[in-house]
Amino acid sequence: MNVVTPFEGIGASVRRKEDFRFLQGRGAYTDDFNRQGQLHAWILRSPHAHARIKAVDTKAAAAMPGVVAVFTGADMARDNIGGLPCGWQIHNKDGSPMAEPPHPVLAIDKVRHVGDPVAVAIAATREQARDAAEAILVDYDVLPAAATMDAALKPGAAPIHDGVAGNLCYDWHIGDKAVVDAAFASAAKVVSLDLVNNRLIPNAMEPRAALGEFDRTTGDYTLTTTSQNPHVIRLLMGANVLHIPESKLRVVAPDVGGGFGSKIYHYAEEAIVTWSAGKLARPVKWTADRSESFMSDAHGRDHVSHAELALDAEGKILGLRVSTLANMGAYLSTFAPCVPTYLYATLLAGVYTTPVIYCEVKAVFTNTVPVDAYRGAGRPEATFLLERLMDVAAQETGIDRVDLRRRNFIPTDAFPYQTPVALQYDSGNYHATLDEALKTSDWAGFEARRAESAKRGKLRGIGISTYLEACGIAPSAVVGSLGARAGLYEVGTIRVHPTGSVTVLTGAHSHGQGHETTFAQLVADKLGVPTAQVDIVHGDTAKVPFGMGTYGSRSLAVGGSAMMKAMDKIIAKGKRIAAHLMEASVDDIEFDRGTFRVAGTDKTKALVDISVAAYVPHNYPIEELEPGLEETAFYDPKNFTYPGGCHIAEVEIDPETGKVSMVNFTAVDDVGRVINPMIVEGQVQGGIAQGIGQALLETCVYDASGQLLSGSMMDYTMPRADDLAPVSVATHTTLCTHNPLGVKGCGEVGAIGSPPAVINAVVDALRDYGVRTLDMPATPAKIWQIINGGRRMAAE
Amino acid sequence: MYDFAYHKPASVADAVKLLADPDAKAVSGGHTLLPALKHRLNKPSALVDLSGIAELKGIRRVGNAIVIGALTRHVEVATSAEVAASIPALAYLAGHIGDVQVRNRGTIGGSVSNNDPAADYPAAVLGLGATVHTSARKIAADDFFLGMFTTALEPNEILTAIEFPIPEKAGYAKMKNPASRYVMAGAFVSKGPMGVRVAINGAAPCVFRQADMEKALSANWSADAVAAVKQAADGLNADIHGSAEYRAHLVTVMAKRAVAAAG
Repeated sequence: MNVVTPFEGIGASVRRKEDFRFLQGRGAYTDDFNRQGQLHAWILRSPHAHARIKAVDTKAAAAMPGVVAVFTGADMARDNIGGLPCGWQIHNKDGSPMAEPPHPVLAIDKVRHVGDPVAVAIAATREQARDAAEAILVDYDVLPAAATMDAALKPGAAPIHDGVAGNLCYDWHIGDKAVVDAAFASAAKVVSLDLVNNRLIPNAMEPRAALGEFDRTTGDYTLTTTSQNPHVIRLLMGANVLHIPESKLRVVAPDVGGGFGSKIYHYAEEAIVTWSAGKLARPVKWTADRSESFMSDAHGRDHVSHAELALDAEGKILGLRVSTLANMGAYLSTFAPCVPTYLYATLLAGVYTTPVIYCEVKAVFTNTVPVDAYRGAGRPEATFLLERLMDVAAQETGIDRVDLRRRNFIPTDAFPYQTPVALQYDSGNYHATLDEALKTSDWAGFEARRAESAKRGKLRGIGISTYLEACGIAPSAVVGSLGARAGLYEVGTIRVHPTGSVTVLTGAHSHGQGHETTFAQLVADKLGVPTAQVDIVHGDTAKVPFGMGTYGSRSLAVGGSAMMKAMDKIIAKGKRIAAHLMEASVDDIEFDRGTFRVAGTDKTKALVDISVAAYVPHNYPIEELEPGLEETAFYDPKNFTYPGGCHIAEVEIDPETGKVSMVNFTAVDDVGRVINPMIVEGQVQGGIAQGIGQALLETCVYDASGQLLSGSMMDYTMPRADDLAPVSVATHTTLCTHNPLGVKGCGEVGAIGSPPAVINAVVDALRDYGVRTLDMPATPAKIWQIINGGRRMAAE
Repeated sequence: MYDFAYHKPASVADAVKLLADPDAKAVSGGHTLLPALKHRLNKPSALVDLSGIAELKGIRRVGNAIVIGALTRHVEVATSAEVAASIPALAYLAGHIGDVQVRNRGTIGGSVSNNDPAADYPAAVLGLGATVHTSARKIAADDFFLGMFTTALEPNEILTAIEFPIPEKAGYAKMKNPASRYVMAGAFVSKGPMGVRVAINGAAPCVFRQADMEKALSANWSADAVAAVKQAADGLNADIHGSAEYRAHLVTVMAKRAVAAAG
């Protein structure tokens, strides 16, 4: 057998191939590309949260040194440029479609959030463009702003969009309310909780950038952009905004320095540079500075919920009732409407046998940056709600919090398991991940550690979260029926070259995930080609046939499955060539990791023998088989995948300052089959860092007038290394039953499972202070307030 | 960043001449000024880069004081054997400013001249009763810090060195702002030739001496003594990271910890 040595296949911690260029500063990011004759764009953004534009005077700006053009929304309208499209349509309770107001690329008549693009100055240098943008005179008539959902929903609130009554985007629900109400009526105990899921600002390390080019010879456009899904951008921008046929539009997403969801969406700047490049017949580049990132990248989360859990006398959950307000921001970002609905409410069964669930969601327009999917997208919000509710239920029923969870777990032998909120889970073992996490975290020994902390004057707490996520969103027909305006399959091409090296074309996009390594391992494992001879090509619509990109932990489960399917086709064709070469029947040919063998004999052909024959078809079944060895597959999943697991956080609080320190974190995740354990550990660690960030540090703050107060790293608390804890990451595998690899996805589990574990730990540490509700982030000032308030109460 | 002229004088006298232009700005480590320039929040006609002036560098002991040149970087103070031996609290403070990059670039003269309410050094200058040496005169710490980002320095007057009297005891403690890691509330306490001093930074618009705590410590130098003194919240800073009441509370906690650190 031709086994790759050293073993580089499934299960090997192969070092990341892409890190050689990243660690040596040789990555090629959008801003690294510079073209002959390139111009620079600077976007003038609204300083107001809500204002009518009375006039825009660009004369002085246009006359400034180096300035080539200044464009406004009116210029784009004259060219018939469309608005930014929304990729998902939700329907209201009454069946009518959601409000979908226009989203102009450059503002027309009105601005609706601080940072809303108003005009663009294009000049020879970036500084000249910025100088010119500052010289554009905009006459604003400032309007009352709704910076919060409360303010936007208040009767008489200023309408943000014409024709959108009450600033309500949609009023949606899932489940049968009457049935759920009946379950509550029969309950022995009802537990309720109000929760805020704090708004986050993604802050990928690389700010967004876009470079537009136009070829006067061919009429072809090229957009190089910081995107997680270049084909989607080509489709949305070409079809909806600029009206350029896909055959004339190439979108390249080269190395991208982190996305976390924020680079999924089609942004105004992409359309601006592409359109300007065509108008000026010169390349036009825009790169955000960090301040622009804060006010123009789609934000995440921002839910306000009221949740109620009905239990019987034994602590079995009888029903769940949830009412949520979800902030959309000023406009609908590309996938915003699906986040608080089909990525959120459908997760509310979690790992529990809750028989009936009702959830209603009102999505609200506000004068803030648009909100869309951010690492986890809907699922962290659902998990936080459920896992906080479980702890409160434990507290109020007197049932141990671990025991309460166990009593309600979906039994290991109950899969496939149909939840009351549409999803059908294929596999899982929640007791196993819980058991392992309890053991690793030394849950049983915690009280001794609490006592030791108390001796030092510190409050120690431990918290648990047993979570589930749904990822690899699919199948296309189902999501289509739920309002998606796109398919959610993935595309993979396997090109075996004449000498046996392999190029893989994938519609998934790597922006930190390590695809170039993980995907190469799939080829090494299946075709027996060393990873060094496998190149992964992604992020270029001119090279990759098609693709839906990377988000929702879908790349391996969906993209990897497409590759497996394409490799099956390669093997099937290879067997026919091998049969011809070895004069055997196709049915007698076996294949294993690079070797074709006539069953039961020592007659073999290596993959390279087959590829040479395929491309140099001198001795070849040419009558029945085309030359070449390249296959493409589109893979449309049968279901979501369902990673899950258990996270346990241990914290220590300094009661004098209120500062919460993470002292330990244990994650035991079931992400299905693990291809590269090192990369999985890195993904989980990164997700947990963001989850701890949400729980303890990060929050987006607007003042009442809609000014962004947390508009820089000086005020927005990004997690730093010393904010985190030693994190123990382990996996416990149950295989996904419906994809060829048995994989589930690992990109988001960290960000989904961890926030409630951390907050439950903080609440546990504060148990003497009677804390029931604790909104994230648990900042020192907030904790001090609780402790100080508690002391005051004790003194009174 | 807007365009500006750039000068790199070799002497204090030349620098003073260049700063006669009221729109010119002196720069040393640049850790406050350069971000402001990049954000276009400041439009100086010229930057007068002090980094070429040799006479502004170095740490030396003069009699019963440590004299630190204005251009001395935080890392040099943090790792100076002279400072560690005579005023360990000052070495500790310098070693906990910002991060490694800030400590490698930022200078004591820049920090003290800027008088950011949330900076570390002003607490040491005031808390040790130091004397500020300038191109024109010597200014007592008590007369130097006038308000938020405001000092007694005249527009073309350059801070040249700071003379720290060596105390019997000194200690520093601070609570950091979770986002910026600047000081949310800090206390520098000392006992020595300048008496008992408690300087509070971060909490108010300008570093200030906490008279009640000084009185309590003069009577009884102990963490418990200062722990009993409450700071009034009136006039303290409030922002999205903490209320004035929270900062007032932290002042007492940090003062207590500073005394404990001082021993």
